[in-house]
Amino acid sequence: MSKTTLTRRGMLRTGAATGAGLALPTIFTSGASAFTNEPGDSEVVLGFNVPQTGPYADEGADELRAYELAVEHLNGGGDGGMLNTFSSKVLDGTGILGRKVSYVTGDTQTKSDAARASAKSMIEKDGAIMITGGSSSGVAVAVQGLCQEAGVIFMAGLTHSNDTTGKDKKANGFRHFFNAYMSAAALAPVLEKLYGTDRSAYHLTADYTWGWTQQESIAAATEAMGWNTVNNVMTPLASTDFSSYIAPVLNSGADVLVLNHYGGNMVNSLTQAVQFGLRDKQVNGKNFEIVVPLYSELMAKGAGENISGIVGSQNWDWKLEDEGTKAFVQSFGTKYGFPPSQAAHTCYAQTLIYADAVTRAGSFNPCDVAAALEGYEFDGLGNGPTLYRADDHQCFKDVLVVRGAENPEDEFHLVEIVEVTPVTQVTYPPDHPMFAGGDLGSCNPGA
Amino acid sequence: MDAIILQVLNGLDKGSAYALIALGLTLIFGTLGVVNFAHGALFMLGAFCAVTLQRLFTLSYTVIDETQTDFLGNPKKVQIPYVESWFGEDFGHWLIDWSVPLAVLFAIPVMILLGFILERGLIKHFYKRPHADQILVTFGLAIVLQELIKYFFGANPIPTPAPEVFQGSFDFGVLIGFPPNAIIYPYWRMIYFVFSLLIIAMVFGFLQFTTFGMVVRAGMADRETVGLLGINIDRKFTIMFGIAAAVAGVAGVMYTPINSPNYHMGMDFLVLSFVVVVVGGMGSLPGAVLAGFLLGILEAFASMNWIKDIIPGIDQIIIYLIAIVILLTRPRGLMGRKGVMEE
Repeated sequence: MSKTTLTRRGMLRTGAATGAGLALPTIFTSGASAFTNEPGDSEVVLGFNVPQTGPYADEGADELRAYELAVEHLNGGGDGGMLNTFSSKVLDGTGILGRKVSYVTGDTQTKSDAARASAKSMIEKDGAIMITGGSSSGVAVAVQGLCQEAGVIFMAGLTHSNDTTGKDKKANGFRHFFNAYMSAAALAPVLEKLYGTDRSAYHLTADYTWGWTQQESIAAATEAMGWNTVNNVMTPLASTDFSSYIAPVLNSGADVLVLNHYGGNMVNSLTQAVQFGLRDKQVNGKNFEIVVPLYSELMAKGAGENISGIVGSQNWDWKLEDEGTKAFVQSFGTKYGFPPSQAAHTCYAQTLIYADAVTRAGSFNPCDVAAALEGYEFDGLGNGPTLYRADDHQCFKDVLVVRGAENPEDEFHLVEIVEVTPVTQVTYPPDHPMFAGGDLGSCNPGA
Repeated sequence: MDAIILQVLNGLDKGSAYALIALGLTLIFGTLGVVNFAHGALFMLGAFCAVTLQRLFTLSYTVIDETQTDFLGNPKKVQIPYVESWFGEDFGHWLIDWSVPLAVLFAIPVMILLGFILERGLIKHFYKRPHADQILVTFGLAIVLQELIKYFFGANPIPTPAPEVFQGSFDFGVLIGFPPNAIIYPYWRMIYFVFSLLIIAMVFGFLQFTTFGMVVRAGMADRETVGLLGINIDRKFTIMFGIAAAVAGVAGVMYTPINSPNYHMGMDFLVLSFVVVVVGGMGSLPGAVLAGFLLGILEAFASMNWIKDIIPGIDQIIIYLIAIVILLTRPRGLMGRKGVMEE
C-alpha cells in the first residue's frame, strides 16, 4: 500500500505543470494564424487570377480593370461605384475591416495547370486571402479545388458550366455568374415565341465541360417545348475552321443550328455558318435560324455583322436601367472610356460581395465568410434581387435574353436586350439531375 | 453525293492554305536547308497585314455630334475615316470595303522585306547548325512574333470581311446539275482556292521559266557546283526566303475573311503544314502542293458524321494516320527525293 504525501511545494509544482499543460494549445496557436493567410492589422491581399495571355486575354484585361476599380472603391477612392447602390451598407470605403485592400495578379493563360500554379503562388508567396477571376469553366473548377485544399475563399469569375456549382462544387467556392441551365431556361420561352415549337435543331458543341453542360441544358429545354434534336456534333476546342462541321448541317433536315461555342470558337463557327448561307436558307418551310446560348460583348465584336439577329443569353448588360448598373457604368466608363463587359461586372460584384461578407462576419476566416455568404440576399449590384444559395453556392438572379443588333449605332451597341427573364423562371432545385454528383463538403479554413 | 462534293470543296479551300504554307516551307528547306518553324507566324503576319491596312483605311478623326449622346450621356464623338474625307465618301468606302484584296499588294513588299530581315539578321547564322538548333530558334521567333502581334492587336479575333460583293454564297450544285440549294458554297472560299492555284502556278512558273529560277533549282540540286561557277547562290537563296515569306503572307491575307485573324492562327497551321511537307516529301515542291490538297480533302471527309460514327475522333487524327501510313509505305513521302534529310 502506498502512501501519498501532499505538500505545499508539491501542490504548487503540480498546479503549475497542469496549468502549463492546459494552456499549451493556446500558447502554440496564439502566435500562429487560425486560418490561411490571416491578414495583419494594416493590409489585406486579394488575388486576381485572370487570363492575361492566351485566347481570353482581352476578357482577362477587362476583368482586371474591374478588380482595380473595385479595390479603388473599397479603399475610398473614385466615386464609390456600386458601393452607393449596394443594399448592404457595411462597406464604408475604409478597406475591409479597417485594412487597406491591396492585390496581386496571376495569369491563368486559360489553362487549368497554369491557373492552379498562379493561384498557388498568390496564396503561398503573396499571402492572398481570397482568389477570384477566370474566363473558363475548366479553369474555375481547377482553381476552386485548389482553394478548397488551401483554405481560402474562391469567388469565381466568368464560368458558365453547370459543373462549377454542380458536380464540382466546393464549400470554399462561390459563383456570381449564371450557368448553362439558367441560359437554357431563359432562352427556351423566347425561342418558342420567335421560332415556334415545331423545329429541328442541330448542335455543334465545344468538346469540354462547359460545352457538354451547355448542350445538355439547351437540348433539354428545347426538347421540352417540342423541338427535335437532330444531331449533336462535338468540335475540338482548338478548331478554327468549322466548315466541315457546318457542311453536314445543310442536308440534315435541321432548321435551327445551336452553336454551343464560346470565344474564338463561337466567332469562327458563327461567321462560317453565315458564310455558308445558313441564314438565307429555307428548310421545312421555315427560315433557318442560328442560336448562340451564351453571348459576350467581345464575341459580338469579333463576329461583326454576322451576329445581327442571333439570339443568346447574358448574365448582365451595361444597357440595363437599374441604379447599380448605371453607377457601375458611370465609374467604369469614366475611368476607362468604354462600357464594362459582363465579365468585368461579375468580377467587380464578386469583390464587393466578398468584402461585404467579411465585414458582416467581422472576420477573414473563410468559414465565417462562407457562412455570411450562404443564403445571403442582396440587391443593388446590377442584377436586381439576388440570392447566394447555401446548398450549392450559386447566385440566383434575373437572366438576360439578348439579340445581335440589326443596325448597331456604334461598337458598344452590338447587342440589344430582348427580355429580362425573372429569377423564378431560371431557378432549379439543388438536387436537379444536371447538377447531381457533387458534394459541397465542409468549409476549410486551412492553416 | 451532294454532301461528298461539299466536303471536297471544303477540303480544297483548307488544302489551299496547307499547300501555300507547305510550299513556302519547302522552298526554304530546299534552298537554305533550314527547318523554319516560324513559317506559320509569317502566315499570321500576312493576315495582320490585312488587319493593318483595314485599320489604316479606317483611321478617323473625331467630330462632336451635339445631337447624339454616348453611353455616359455626353455629346457623342463620331468617327469619320480620313479616306472618306480625302477621297470622297464613295471611294473612301470602297477602299475600306476592299481592304482585304488590296492588302495583298500591301503584304507582298512588307513580307519580302520582313523575310530579308529575318534571313539576314537571324536565320543565316544557323545554316551550319544542327536542325534541332534551327527548330529551336525559329520556334522561338514564332512565339516572339505572335506575342508582339498580341501586344499590339489584342488576343481576340478581329473581323476582316471580304468585299460586300463577295460576301454570301452561291449555289454550286445548280452549276453541276443538282437541284437548287443542294450545294451552297461561299464565294470567298472559291476565290481563295482559285487564288492559291494562281500563286502556286506563279511560283512554279518563276522557278521553271526564269533564269533566276533555273539558278535556284540548280542551287537546290547542287549548291557547291553552282557556287563554283561564280554565282552568288546565297543572295539568290535570301531572295527565295523573301519570296517564301511573301507566299505565306498573301496566303494569310486572303484567309482573313474565312477565319477572323488572331495572334495564334499561325501555330494552328504550323504543325499540320509540317506533316504536309513530310507526307509530300521533304524538298519536293509538287509533293507539298499535292499533299496539301490531299490532306485537306481527307480531313474534310473525316469530319462527316457517318464516318465519325464508325471511327469516333477520326477527324482529329486522320492527317497523322495518313502520315504514318505514307511514311511506312513510302519513307521519302509521296514525291520525296533520294538523299534529302537522309544523311
